[in-house]
Amino acid sequence: MHTEGSDMELIRQVLGGDQNAYGVLVDRYKNFVFTIVLRYIKSREDAEEVSQDIFVKAYRFLSDYKGTAKFSTWLYTITTTSCITFLRKKRPENASLDDERVFAAADEVDGGMSANQVEQKSRIATVNAAINMLSPDDAQVITLFYKGEQTLEEIAQIMGKEPNTVKVQLHRARGRLKEKMEKHFAAEVKDLY
Amino acid sequence: MKAYTNEEMEMHIWEYIDGQLSGDERQRISELVASHAAWKSKYAELLALHQGIDLAELDQPSMRFTRNVMEEIAKYHIAPATREYINKKIIWSIAGFFVTIILAFVVYGISQVDWSAGTSGGLFDTDLRSVDYSPLFNNTYINFFLMANVVAALFLLDRVLSQKRKNFHRSSGSVE
Repeated sequence: MHTEGSDMELIRQVLGGDQNAYGVLVDRYKNFVFTIVLRYIKSREDAEEVSQDIFVKAYRFLSDYKGTAKFSTWLYTITTTSCITFLRKKRPENASLDDERVFAAADEVDGGMSANQVEQKSRIATVNAAINMLSPDDAQVITLFYKGEQTLEEIAQIMGKEPNTVKVQLHRARGRLKEKMEKHFAAEVKDLY
Repeated sequence: MKAYTNEEMEMHIWEYIDGQLSGDERQRISELVASHAAWKSKYAELLALHQGIDLAELDQPSMRFTRNVMEEIAKYHIAPATREYINKKIIWSIAGFFVTIILAFVVYGISQVDWSAGTSGGLFDTDLRSVDYSPLFNNTYINFFLMANVVAALFLLDRVLSQKRKNFHRSSGSVE
């Protein structure tokens, strides 16, 4: 049985031959990785396959992780390069394909919940749907900053950019997100502000 | 008060919200937000957006995701760290090989210069087509030197490739 150790402890266990310790790391980061992959690859099926490959790749090259950066930063770097490689191999999908998914997500409100829960769920769906409407780079920078617990310097490392460039990109991405929300979810935005 | 464009104001407020300002700067923006209606309103707007983005949820893969990954990694061993199997001696040998060739040609070229010749004519007065290159390639020592270098290069290439083959078998061919 595994206790919830730090990333570094778990990595040491994995490198010491305890393959099951890797399962804890997978559970810890699967949602982050899958969300970032979905920012690039709109099909859930492909995104799941790519996410699995990312964890397999990270496992195989775990001894290359030097521990100088956070494990999550290292993992997200693999995630970004894997997504770019996948997109290069596969013909880019039509951007409009995700509209259906986006609006379906926006409508995803469970009728069995209390008014407050419904309102909260609706807000979350609105924000998620608006993020999905952004370009992969904008969506990724927002996801890494808000959900991936990465600093601007770490995001710069992941995306192979200068920290100042990332800072400006984050600022612009939030501006574009606001525009999308005001344009497509005007009623929900009123509640949000 | 210094006049700020809308974009500058937004940038400063975002830095303020993200906690990226130093003590003095933070104090200055805090005062601006408290005392100016435009700053106050923009701050409220951006803070609402910031809190809204914070609400965003992560997508979840299928329930079987972790099990799939664990089944997949069971087929592999962890590859040795790159720094362990890249032999620095080989890298230095290859670099040394090229540096030696370049130096040999430079030394040979300098040794062929007739320093006693007049300097009235410039470089472009020399007809390059009339230069006799044959001694360069008919010289036994030069030929021997080139041959030795080619053999050394082939030897190094063979070592690099066999090392790569070993690593490949060790990592990807280790299906249990």
